[in-house]
Amino acid sequence: MKIDAQTTDPHQLPRLIRQAEGAVEVDHCLGQRFLGTALEAGRTLTIRGVPGNALGAYLDGGVIEVYGNVQEATGDTMNEGKIIIHGSAGDATGYSMRGGSILIEGDVGYRAGIHIKSYGDKSPVLIVGGAAGSFLGEYQAGGLILVLGLGCEDRAPYGYFCGTGMHGGRIVVRSDHIPVNLPDQVVPQDLTADEIEALRPHLEAYCEAFGVPMSRLLPHRFYALTPNTKSPYRQLYAMS
Amino acid sequence: MSLMNTFPSRFEVVRDMDKCIACGRCVVECGHGVHRFVKGTKKLAADERRCVNCYRCVAACPTGALKIIPNRQAVNESSNWSAANRREIALQAESGGVLLSGMGTVKNYPLYWDKLLINAAQVTNPSIDPLREPMETRTYLGRSAAEIRRDGSGRLISDLPPHLTLETPILFAAMSYGAISYPCHEALARAATELGTFYNTGEGGLHPDLYRYGAHTIVQVASGRFGVHRRYLEAGAAVEIKIGQGAKPGIGGHLAGAKNVGDISRTRMIPEGTDAISPAPHHDIYSIEDLRQLVYSLKEATRYEKPVLVKIAAVHNVAAIASGIARSGADIIVIDGLRGGTGAAPTQTRDNVGIPIELALAAVDARLREEGIRNHVGLVASGTIRNSADIVKAIALGADAVAIGTAALIAMGCHMCHSCHTGNCSWGICTQRPELVRRLDPDEAKAHLVNLVTAWTREIKELMGGMGINSIEALRGNRLMLRGVGLTDAELRILGVRHAGE
Repeated sequence: MKIDAQTTDPHQLPRLIRQAEGAVEVDHCLGQRFLGTALEAGRTLTIRGVPGNALGAYLDGGVIEVYGNVQEATGDTMNEGKIIIHGSAGDATGYSMRGGSILIEGDVGYRAGIHIKSYGDKSPVLIVGGAAGSFLGEYQAGGLILVLGLGCEDRAPYGYFCGTGMHGGRIVVRSDHIPVNLPDQVVPQDLTADEIEALRPHLEAYCEAFGVPMSRLLPHRFYALTPNTKSPYRQLYAMS
Repeated sequence: MSLMNTFPSRFEVVRDMDKCIACGRCVVECGHGVHRFVKGTKKLAADERRCVNCYRCVAACPTGALKIIPNRQAVNESSNWSAANRREIALQAESGGVLLSGMGTVKNYPLYWDKLLINAAQVTNPSIDPLREPMETRTYLGRSAAEIRRDGSGRLISDLPPHLTLETPILFAAMSYGAISYPCHEALARAATELGTFYNTGEGGLHPDLYRYGAHTIVQVASGRFGVHRRYLEAGAAVEIKIGQGAKPGIGGHLAGAKNVGDISRTRMIPEGTDAISPAPHHDIYSIEDLRQLVYSLKEATRYEKPVLVKIAAVHNVAAIASGIARSGADIIVIDGLRGGTGAAPTQTRDNVGIPIELALAAVDARLREEGIRNHVGLVASGTIRNSADIVKAIALGADAVAIGTAALIAMGCHMCHSCHTGNCSWGICTQRPELVRRLDPDEAKAHLVNLVTAWTREIKELMGGMGINSIEALRGNRLMLRGVGLTDAELRILGVRHAGE
């Protein structure tokens, strides 16, 4: 089913997508919110243009592919499925996601991957091709945030307060730069050749989705940010 | 020498040796490890420092040999420095830690419920006998239709927004599985179902075995999004966004890794043994517009079939905040006052942050009416609703319904030892220790909850009948039914009531 967003009531658009059967394509998208909310497994949604906030919130197995940029809160609390963005993404992308993956060709805004967590066989993956804004991976409790830093080779490809409150999971960065003002709660460590090799399926997923040759990503230095067990994010309580 | 060891314990454990048969029941029953056998003997001893006066050993002792009394040891205190101040300082001097407490504040803030008096009909407007005449306590929570529209043939177009229908204006407040035990949750779910009202999952997710009570469940979404997924949202009758809680406004939640075990971790959908941290703010909400986005994404996920509640703590500018929430698309606002309970909160936050629910409720109701948007939302008040008269007063001040947490816990056997944060509840309520959890019989707890709410509903009808009111609708926001005693002009103005005698 094909929908022209330009000639469709924006408030009806999410319902039309939800009620459609099989694959849905939306053309001329321009800021319409809440598209693909809780889309189930087996469903696909292809969007051309720029969808609005909360794209694919609570995604439950569906696949969303966007040819364009996306706005804020993409993939909020997603449980399963895949969101592929041929462009850049706004703030709070992947907020509290528990499973599935989000692939962003370009950059991502502030507060990406905040509070992402893993559970059982679920382990969310957020891949950013370019750079991320500040507050990347705050309160991260599980899963993987992978920042490739393409086009941002001269500096660390993320902003301030990266990983504040982090208590699980990994942020992996393809970069030669580690900022001096990282929060106490994260420790950087270079990936070994084996660890980079283990990352290959994620790199291949990125290359395949966006037609980028692997030679642009590898070989390169990668390092991981993980929670600092010596300075854990916890309050010391006095209990009587 | 440890500072705490030089400080007298709060309680004394008095054992009547003439009655004690050294059966050791107290050793088994105490969740806090007070009683023990002296090694190699049949002699019982008590570590009084651990005692929180939960009353479990006293109730269980087969010969009535035990009594817990306040420590008779004189403690030097003054009108400025209480024994509690001194004990807390010693504890912090020793540990360097933040003070943690359970339940609601113990500080003596004004209880406006007790300074409000209810009216009764005499002569000119006859009172009604609820045993003889029908009294309506059914309550609809949600957005009222702003306008009445008819179709071409004059029939009403009934595209009412979704509502919650309560047979009595009493909800069970949000208490998470993890904070309280599984049998507690089961009892609340079954009682809500039997009573025709709702309980609230809190932010710890919904246990798979309780999905069947979904029609009487409000599922909560907090900043940590624990256990939130499509089926969870679809399971409930309504979805609540938790912004704040009366006992700890501005503070997030933190379930220690040690408590995050077994079913708790499965229900929260996070790995066992990891800390469950709910950051204080929702990192996607920085404005009413952002709140609106979350409200509508939840409505989208539930196909506009379920109302969305937003729960906030009563804070200084609560009226303006509530006005924003009413415009965010939320259907129901829950306001939790200063004296509300909690499983664990930093003591100073619990005891010093927020404002009393009575003032917050009156201010919010007045503000929403002034702005002509009171009918856009349902209003629920919570935070020390202790009896049916408090409920009548809350409704007269403008609430549609109230939520009860502490009262429900007491009905299930809580003895208010304020030690929920230790996880050692001897009554099996605020603990996950299997041997303690087993003590709470969900059938009995459910029956007690049903009894309590049924009794309170009868009393509400009595009080309404006394006022000559036969429908809860006619009581709502009816502040003429209230008078204040011993209140200042400012308090009367904010409450919107006149002084007794006026």
